[in-house]
Amino acid sequence: MKKYMMIDGEHVEFTDEKNILAVIRKAGIILPTFCYYSDLSIYGACRMCVVEDKWGGIIASCSTPPKNGMEIHTNTPQLYYHRKRILELLLAAHCRDCTTCEKNGKCKLQELATRFGIPGVRFENTKPIRPLDTSSKSIVRNPNKCILCGDCVRVCSEIQHVGAIDFAHRGASMEISTAFGKDIADTNCVNCGQCAAVCPTGAITIKQDTHDVWEAIHNPRKRVVVQIAPAVRVAVGEAYGYEPGENTIGKLVASLRRLGVDAIFDTALGADLTIIEEAEELLESLGEEGRKYPLFTSCCPAWIRFVETQYPHLMPYVSTAKSPMQMFGAVIKEYYKKQDKKEGMETVSVAIMPCTAKKFEASREEFKRKGIPDIDYVLTSSEVITMLREIGIRFDRLEPEAYDMPFSIYSGAGVIFGATGGVAEAAVRRVAEDKSPKALKDIEFIGLRGMEGVKVCELPYQDRQLRIAVVSGLGNADRLLQKVEGGEEHFDFVEVMACAGGCVAGAGQPFARSTEKRLRAEGLYKTDKALQIKRSEENPLVESLYNDLLKNREHELLHVEYLQGKQG
Amino acid sequence: MEAKEQKVMDEILESHSYDPTAVIAIMQDIQQIYRYLPEEMLCYIAKKLHLSEAKVYGVATFYENFSLDPKGKYVIKICDGTACHVRKSTAILDEIRSLLGVTAQNPTTDDMLFTVETVSCLGACGLAPVCTVNDAVHAAMTPEKARELIKELKAEAGVGEEAADEN
Repeated sequence: MKKYMMIDGEHVEFTDEKNILAVIRKAGIILPTFCYYSDLSIYGACRMCVVEDKWGGIIASCSTPPKNGMEIHTNTPQLYYHRKRILELLLAAHCRDCTTCEKNGKCKLQELATRFGIPGVRFENTKPIRPLDTSSKSIVRNPNKCILCGDCVRVCSEIQHVGAIDFAHRGASMEISTAFGKDIADTNCVNCGQCAAVCPTGAITIKQDTHDVWEAIHNPRKRVVVQIAPAVRVAVGEAYGYEPGENTIGKLVASLRRLGVDAIFDTALGADLTIIEEAEELLESLGEEGRKYPLFTSCCPAWIRFVETQYPHLMPYVSTAKSPMQMFGAVIKEYYKKQDKKEGMETVSVAIMPCTAKKFEASREEFKRKGIPDIDYVLTSSEVITMLREIGIRFDRLEPEAYDMPFSIYSGAGVIFGATGGVAEAAVRRVAEDKSPKALKDIEFIGLRGMEGVKVCELPYQDRQLRIAVVSGLGNADRLLQKVEGGEEHFDFVEVMACAGGCVAGAGQPFARSTEKRLRAEGLYKTDKALQIKRSEENPLVESLYNDLLKNREHELLHVEYLQGKQG
Repeated sequence: MEAKEQKVMDEILESHSYDPTAVIAIMQDIQQIYRYLPEEMLCYIAKKLHLSEAKVYGVATFYENFSLDPKGKYVIKICDGTACHVRKSTAILDEIRSLLGVTAQNPTTDDMLFTVETVSCLGACGLAPVCTVNDAVHAAMTPEKARELIKELKAEAGVGEEAADEN
């Protein structure tokens, strides 16, 4: 028998929806919410989604399961009154400097205040002004803008299993806090930025480095060299009305030139270098008798931080290969060294990333050579969009342009690094013995692709089966590690990306839900398909780099030993 | 954390079978011994119970009864519920505070002997105004009786000498 509900007098069928809110949304009514994300547990804090039942009772639709024959109303005088008061009270306890807020135009509180036409706030904000936490390289916490919806707390503990922040104190003095009110940089925060991605207001935002990059661009003695990560190209276009997944790299390159940067390259070349190094390590590890742990990938700085803080004893099993960004950063700094000296210039290396943790990675002591970082600034996709808006570039009207020489060739393997499973697939392409086009096609279907949080596949290698796992979301990684430690599972190679869905879903990207994230990943695979070079080792630049710039310096420029020390 | 303290922690955790849902009871046991919740001990139980430090901190700060600051040997709680208040508990509070030189912001004496707190109701309105010293209840208090009480407690602790921590 079909089940149905009466919503505002209309029959609406439902099947397995967990709550009335989902049924109401199915019926085409977008109820306002702050604290509801379908990926997270239900909290029912904001009360914006209230509905009225047939007896006049007010219930939160997000936390009430649907029942057959249930009658509810979403638009009644009572609800009108309640929603406006809730919003007015939220606004009363909130900093209202909208024009100078980084979230201006992207803030859910602002959006709902506009949608509900709140004419003014009658109540005084009696909360004392609390200081910002700017200790992190990746995020800024502003408690004055917090509405206590708890989205950040839930994403941090439920999806990422980090739990760096939680609710503390009670009643009017309740706040989101780290343990013992420490600076966020002194906690086990991994800098993934997912808290900022779900924050409906400006309470947690991504640390902005645009000002410093502008200064470098405006300084004639500084050579600004930019690298662009794979995941960026399939998301920046969204800010200009392009479909998620549409590769707008040509337009991005053209706009960056207008911005005034001096050279633009692709991080995918760095990824090709990473594969050469990581695949070699993988082959080495396969030779080790009785190795309990797999080789873990090392591209994701949030994952590295997670291992350092929660599984320090597993650090020796993480690949020592630097991330593509850091490898390429080292190459860029080396490449321009002589030229800089001759011309009296200084090269400023900027990386455009989908990621907030990359900001932290770039600042790590381990990536400084003679005290100088290989990456000077990391800009997120969102920051680049902000910079382009600032100078008024019509992204959509620009003719696509090509990268600069000499680092303009990259493989499809390097491009798919931005999707969960991409790093593993690139490595498999490298280690697979059969190099025929058919074998390449087969690799596509061994189970490495797709947005699932955990993927396991097997691959014949010599006289054995390689077991490979691909996980995204640190919670999934945590569960997998527990199984590996308990001896329940054995893997040879494990790829981990901290953000659920991989780098395309990074916190530095424009806001996205699961559909958009999937389209972005598909966009990367499409790009790979259209590239002639499929494998990292087939990239002619890789060979020339190894024969020249990297010669006898592979260890120094392409590998890293983490000190496991304190963050910062 | 010293080995001795770690042993105490392990015993407490063991008695609750390392059950993370018993975190409140575990904290009560810790506070019973140390009179407050030292940060390092909270971090230790967080690790052992597989809870985040932020979560444990959240629980510890939610309840008024848990303290993250060290408390004196004698914790004096003066009831300021309605019944006690109308029977002039404020005068008793003022008297004790001025005797010991403590305030609402700094409720503990420098020698770590006394901590003075108010409490919203001790549930003993028939004995109003009432106060407790650790677990002992003192009924029908007056400022004079309060002075006497402090004197007795000081004598008991042997004040003038070092106030030894007997726990």
